[in-house]
This record gives sequence, structure tokens and C-alpha cells, in this order.
Amino acid sequence: MIPLSWYLILAAGLFSIGLFGVLARRNAIAILLSVELMLNAVNINLVAFWRYGDVAQMAGQVFAIIVFAVAAAEVAVGLALVISVYRRRNTVVAEELDLLKW
Amino acid sequence: MTGEQIIFLIVGAVALLSALMVVTMRNLVHAALWLVATLFGVAIIYALLNAGFLAVVQVVVYIGAIAILFIFAVMLTRRQAADTGASVNKNWWAGALMAVLTFAGLAFLLQSWSGFSKTASAIPSGFDAVSQLGDALTSPAGYVLPFEVASVLLLAALVGAVYLAFNKK
Amino acid sequence: MATETLIWLIPLPPLLAFFLIVLFTNKNKALSHSVAIGAAFLSWLGSMIVFARALGVEHLGEHPFASSINWLPTGDTWLKIGILIDPLSAAVLFFVAWTVLMIFIYSVGYHNYGQPAGDHDHAGLPPHGATVEEHGHKHVVPSIEPMYSRFFAFIGLFAFGMYTLVVSDNLLTLFVGWEIMGLCSYLLIGFWYGKPSARNAAVKAFMTTRIGDVFMLLGIAFLYYATGTLSYREIFTEEVLHTLATVPSGVFGLSAAGLIALLLFIGTIGKSAQFPLHVWLPDAMEGPTPVSAMIHAATMVSAGVYMVIRIFPLISAGWAEGMPLNSAMTVIAFIGAFTALFGASIAVAQNDIKRVLAYSTISQLGYMIAALGIGAYVAAAFHLITHAFFKALLFLGSGSVIHGMEHGVLHTGNHKVDPQDMFNMGGLRKKMPITFWAFLIGGFSLSGFPLLTAGFWSKDAIFAEAFGNGHTAVFITLALAAFLTAIYTMRQITLTFLGEPRTKEAEHAQETKWTMTAPLVILAVFAAGYGWVGIPNDFPLLGGVVPNWIYEFVGSTLPEVPEEAAFNAIPLLISVAVSLGGLLISWLVYRNVKTPAEDKLQIPLLKNKYYFDEAYDFLFVKPLTWFSEVFVSRWMDKGFIDGILHIFGPATGRVGAAIRNYIDVPVINQFFGDGSANATYWIGKNLRPIQTGRIQQYLILSLVVIFVVGGLVYFLLLA
Repeated sequence: MIPLSWYLILAAGLFSIGLFGVLARRNAIAILLSVELMLNAVNINLVAFWRYGDVAQMAGQVFAIIVFAVAAAEVAVGLALVISVYRRRNTVVAEELDLLKW
Repeated sequence: MTGEQIIFLIVGAVALLSALMVVTMRNLVHAALWLVATLFGVAIIYALLNAGFLAVVQVVVYIGAIAILFIFAVMLTRRQAADTGASVNKNWWAGALMAVLTFAGLAFLLQSWSGFSKTASAIPSGFDAVSQLGDALTSPAGYVLPFEVASVLLLAALVGAVYLAFNKK
Repeated sequence: MATETLIWLIPLPPLLAFFLIVLFTNKNKALSHSVAIGAAFLSWLGSMIVFARALGVEHLGEHPFASSINWLPTGDTWLKIGILIDPLSAAVLFFVAWTVLMIFIYSVGYHNYGQPAGDHDHAGLPPHGATVEEHGHKHVVPSIEPMYSRFFAFIGLFAFGMYTLVVSDNLLTLFVGWEIMGLCSYLLIGFWYGKPSARNAAVKAFMTTRIGDVFMLLGIAFLYYATGTLSYREIFTEEVLHTLATVPSGVFGLSAAGLIALLLFIGTIGKSAQFPLHVWLPDAMEGPTPVSAMIHAATMVSAGVYMVIRIFPLISAGWAEGMPLNSAMTVIAFIGAFTALFGASIAVAQNDIKRVLAYSTISQLGYMIAALGIGAYVAAAFHLITHAFFKALLFLGSGSVIHGMEHGVLHTGNHKVDPQDMFNMGGLRKKMPITFWAFLIGGFSLSGFPLLTAGFWSKDAIFAEAFGNGHTAVFITLALAAFLTAIYTMRQITLTFLGEPRTKEAEHAQETKWTMTAPLVILAVFAAGYGWVGIPNDFPLLGGVVPNWIYEFVGSTLPEVPEEAAFNAIPLLISVAVSLGGLLISWLVYRNVKTPAEDKLQIPLLKNKYYFDEAYDFLFVKPLTWFSEVFVSRWMDKGFIDGILHIFGPATGRVGAAIRNYIDVPVINQFFGDGSANATYWIGKNLRPIQTGRIQQYLILSLVVIFVVGGLVYFLLLA
């Protein structure tokens, strides 16, 4: 009864909010939080298409599982990086990490 | 309006609202907790989509591991007890614009697709999504290779994270 | 070794010596003179061997030692060069070898080998003595010539030139030897190049002989053009000579032979210092005395006469004994006789010991030329040979005298005294006996002292021919010249050797070393004895005792041996009279003359050589100098040619400046060069801030681009 479009709009909305967070948040960890939102939005899309397509084709769910794994890995490494950066430069504000500027 | 739809609308609203909170909270621990809420919402969405296994995995992995990890990281990187400064940087309006444009773009593209408003077909009886998922993940004709690669990825991430965050004293 | 090969090799040792000394042994004086004398000895040895073999050949004139090679390809034929030893060149080779060797040995002593280096001696100036401490007291001794090796190198080259000239069988290599000697005479006359007088003398010698050489070259060219060959044996044949004698040349009504002969003779006028090109020879006394001996006795001036003797068939083409002389011979005889008297008349008024000998040479060469002019072939050759010996002897003797006087000058320290002025000498017979006796023999030979000296026999031969063939004017001129010769010779001997020393320097003169006196003795032997090979067959008492070898030998060079003039008592008596009379009169007068003021022969006209130098200077030197300095150098070169260049120069400069200032700097430098640089810099500077290092801004930027591109793609391509 729920049209596919609702799920898709939900996912799009979640994705956009996550995008805003990535682009606008100062704290690096907050950026990573926003990335998680984007990943979840993607996952919703995947599962929705699985459900609303041929259910026998497990590709959608498998892909979502893999995204979980990747997200976990990425968060682990990302936070390790943030911690490492914090130890070096005593800051987690993304704006202040600008050594690669001109 | 069926019950499903109502549930969906409520959960959806909660998820979106929590997401907004995540990206606007100054206090990072709060932001992390709002993330937890969002993740819960997403789990319920999975349940609505008959992907029960995924809902449970979401809660265990995302909320149980990743969100906790976030909170640890926040703790480890606080200079003083309170978070100071703005929560967003000075180009936040560009980011907002981009987000709006993205949403608009996505919506526009999606609604021009024919299958946009289709409804869910019924699940055949006796369809066990979990065992099908298990078969898919482990059969060579299925997705065993991405599965194994994902585990290698996790190993790499594990080693990497340990190495990066290791405090050599 | 085959004689021809030996003859080819004769000129080479001195040339080799030249190169060895110049390139390698220059620093080592002993090695240099050893190389030079060794080379001269080798050439002497070769010459003696060749001469001995030549004597053994029957009719050498018809079968001379000859050898030639193809040298220059000229269309279908070759110009050949080679060697030829016929009786004439054999006789000449004999005296050249002896005199050259003697002069080389003499030079060792003359340049003070073995003496210390001088106090302030410079290369380019004559050495001035070295102060030496001996038993605690200093005196000045003669010092070694600084440019010792160089001298030997040059005389080596000189010897090469002369030998080449003598052995060659064609006019081309003769001319090569001729010019080499011209060069060496320049180098050697100007040996002490630090003295301006020496430099000027060298240039004068070269220039004057060059004038002669130009005409000689014209003669050679004409000869080649007329006959197609330059080789003696091909030219001096009946047909060629006949053709040349009959073909008119178009100049002054002379036949081709006559013109060629005169042109070639002009070369001799220059080289053998005949009037009017005689002016260089006295000035050439600036060179060291061995040079004067070499140039003016042994080799160079003899080369001129040798050449004329060689081309005698050409000169006398169309003439036979008893005929009146043809035009060429008349000219030659006239110039010869005139020069003989002219030179002798100047010699009597000269006070410098070498100048007397210089003018004497001019005069004696005139004898030889006159002899040839009247057709006395053998007499001319005979006098050439005897003159070489006694003149070389006289010059080397005068060098010995000068050395002795210089010793005296160094002893007294008075450098204002000229060691070459005869009036500063006197009484040297006691101080320098060997030199005295050698010089006496040479002087008597020059004067023609009867019977005992070579000069008598050769001069007498000339007189006999002149008188016997009726050339009275020539005979009288030559007789007068002989009288003057005796006078100036005895004057010279009296003032130099007899009487008492007139200056302190003369008192302190001393005999020179053996390297200088030994050559004198050897040459004296020849100067006295060589005449006895030419005693005419019908001479009273002595004729016929020994055959007239010179007549038969040298005469056989010509296709027909010329007839000896029949013995006539008149020329003999006149010759004895002028000789002995001149010697006696001069001795009587000059034994009492102590200063130039008492000398009645110091006539200004004679003393100043008839003002010829001044005349030439006015007529030729000054106008030419004006021409080259003013007309050519200033007006043509600096004015006209440089003027044209000066137009181009600034014009080009202005064009260049315009290009630079209007195109190069503003457009290329500033607009393109600096402009592009500035533009790039400005773009870079303004694009730089994009790279902030902040990743969120990069993300925004990339999303913007994605949207823009995506929109473009979607709306333009897909919609």
C-alpha cells in the first residue's frame, strides 16, 4: 500500500540532510555522523528497490549488507584518523585542517 | 490511510526530524544520540519493508557499535567540557543550497521515472528472506566473493584503525 | 753514389741545418754552429767530389751531369726542373763550396764564441763587451753575440739558396735560389735589427734588388712564352737560339733574344749592384762582416754574374767572334765598364774599411759584366772565380781588423772611436801579422799584382780580350778603373796596416783567434794561386808550361770553345803599369797622410757617392712615400673606403636601435614576454585562494560542478 515513491522521497530527504551536514558542520566527527546519515539513506533505497522488485533477487539485501560492512569500516578508520589528527593538531574543526592549501 | 501508511509517516517524520537534529546540534554527544534515534527509525523502516534481518543488523551494528564508537570518539577529542563555537561553518548557506538542490534534483529525476508510484507486490508464502539472504551470501553462484572481500576490507580497516590511533609512548 | 744523386743532395745539408737550428738547437750555441758547419762541410765535400768527377769526364760540356724530373704539368707537357753540372757550374761550385765553408768557420770566431755574455747586450744590437774580473782587476772583453744561433741558421739558408742556384738546370729553380738569397740578404743585413741604420739598409737592399727581380721575372716569363721551356739545355740549342735571334720582339727594335737577355740582365743589375741599382751594396755593410763576405764576394753578387754568364748564348745570339756587338751586348758592356770606373772612383774617397771594399766589389763586378758584354766568356768566368776568393779574403780580413780594433776600444773604453774608420788605425801589421799578410795578398790580387796573384791573370784575360777585339773604349775605361783600384787598395793597406798606430785603440789591437785567421790563410792560398790555372798558352816564358785549364775547361761549356785572344804585349804592359804604378804612387802618398784633412782624394762628390742616394730619395722614395701615405692611405683608404663604411655603420646602428625600441622592447618584451608572464601571474594569484585546503569547500565546489555539468548534459543532450 505504500507507494515506492514515499520510500524514495524519504531516502532523498535523509540523503540531503546528511549532505548538508557534511558540507556545513564544523566538527569533523559531526561530518562523519552526517556521512552515516547518507549511507543509511542509500540503504533504504536499496532495500526498497529489493522489496518493490523481484523479491527472489537478493541482490538488494546483499548490497545493503555490504554497505553496512563498509560503513562500519569507514567509521572505524575515520574516527581513528580524527583521533590521530586531534592528537597532532589539537583540533577537530574541519576548517582548521587546511595544510593542503595554496 | 492504512495503518502501515500511518506508521510509515510517523516513523519517517521522526527519522527526518532526528536527522535534522543531528546536523544542527552543537553538542556533539547530543548529535550522536540523535543519530541513534535516526538509526532506530531507519530500522523500523527496514521492518516495514519485510527485511527483518536487516532491521536487527541495523540495530546491533549501527547503533550498538557505530554510534557507540562515535560517542567514544567525541569523548576523546574534547578540548574542554563544553563544545564551543558554532555548529556550522561559515559557508553553511552554500551547503544548505546544495542540499536543497540535491533533494530537488533527486525528486525531479525520480518522479519522471515510470515506476515511481508502483506498489509493493505480495511476498510469496514460504519465502524465507533470511535463508535466501544466507544462500545468496555464501553460494559461489551468489555473492560469496563480495562477502569475502568485505571481510578483507574489515580486516584492513581494523588494522588501519589500530595503527592510526595507536598511541606510541 | 751516382754523381747525379750527389748533386741533388748538395744543397740540402745547409737547408736542413737551417731547420734544425731554428726548430731545435736554437738555445745551444755550440750545437748550432756545429750543425751549420757540419752541413757546410757536407756540401763542401759533395761539391769537391762532384768537381773531381767532373774533371775526369771528357768533353763535360757535351755530356754534363744532368738529371731532371717532371715538376709542373702544363697541358700536354711538363715543366721540368733538375740539376746540371757542366764545366761552368763545376768551376763555380768549387769556389762557392770553399768560400761558404770558410765563411762559416770564420763566423764562429767573429761572433765571439766562447766569450761570456755581455753586460748589457740585447738581441738585435751588436754585442758590447762583458766586464770580467781577473786577478782582482776588471777589464772589458768582447762578448758573445746574443743571436748567435740565428746567424748560423740564416747563413745556412743562404748557402742553400746559392747551391740551389748553382746546381740548377733551369731558370725557374735558379730564380728560386736567387730569391731565397734575396730574403736572406734582407735578414742578414738587418741582423742587428735594433739599429735603425741596419733596418733601413735591409729594406733598401731588398727593394732595390726587387726592382731588378721584377724585370728578370718578366724576362723569364717572356722566355717561357717564346720557347715553352726554361731548361738551359733545351733553350741553348741552335734552332731555338736562331729563332729567338731573328724574331723581333717589338721593343726598341730588339730581337726576342735581345729583349729577354736585357730583361734578365736587369735582374743582374739589381743583384750584382751595377749602376744604376748599385745603391744598396754599400749600405749592406751594416750587416756583420761574414755576411758582407758572403753576400758581396762569395755568393749573392756572384749569382748575378753567374746567371749572365749562363745566358751568354742568349745574349750573344746572332753574334759571332769578330762581328760588331749586338744591341744587348753593347748595353751590357757599357753598363759593366761604366760601373767599373764609377765604383772605383767612389772607393778612393771612402774612409770606412768596409765601404772601400763594397765599392770595390761594385767595380770588380763591372769588370765581369763588361767582359761578358764584349764576348769574353771565359775571362768573365775566370775573373768571377778569382774575385770570389780574394774579395772574400779581403772582407774576412777587414772583419778581423775590426775585431782587433774593437778589442782596443774595449780596452780603452772610449766608445766614440769608430773601429771601422781607417784613419783610426795604422801600424796593425805588427799587432795582427796573419791578418796583415792575408790582407796584403788579397789586396795585391785585387790590384792585379803581376804574376803572383790570381787577380792579375783574370784581369789580364779581360784586358787582352778587350784590346784584342778592338773594344778600345771598354779597354781604356777598364784600365783607368784598374789604376784607381790599385790606388784605393794601397791606400787602404797603408792606412790600416803600415806606419804607426794613430790612436790608442790601434795600439791595443790584437790578433784574432784561429777560427778567424785560419780561413784567411786558406783563402789567401787560393787568392794567390788560383790564377795559375789560367795562364794563356802564348804567354811569354810561362805560357804552355801548364795548360790553360780554365780556358779549355770552362770554354767547353759553350758548343764551340771560343778562341783565346792572341797574346799582345800592349794590354799586358798597360795592366802591369797601372797595377804597379797605382800601388807605388798610393804607398808613397799615403804613408805620410795621417788625417782626412791631409787626404787630397777626399773630394766631396766622390765621398758622397755622386749624391745618388739623395737623388733617388728625391726622385723615387719621397714621391712613393707621399703616394702611399697620403694618396692611398689617407685619401683612398681612410677617406673613401672608411667613409663608405662609416655610412653603413651608423645607419645599421639606427635601424637596429629602431627595431629595438619600437618592436623589441614594447611588443616582444613587454607585451608578449612580460605581458604573458603578468597575465599568468595574475590568473594564478587570483585562482590561488580557491585552494583553501578545506575539504568541505572542495566538496561544495565539486557538487556545483556536478550540477552544472549534469544539468547541461540532461537538458541539452538527453531532453
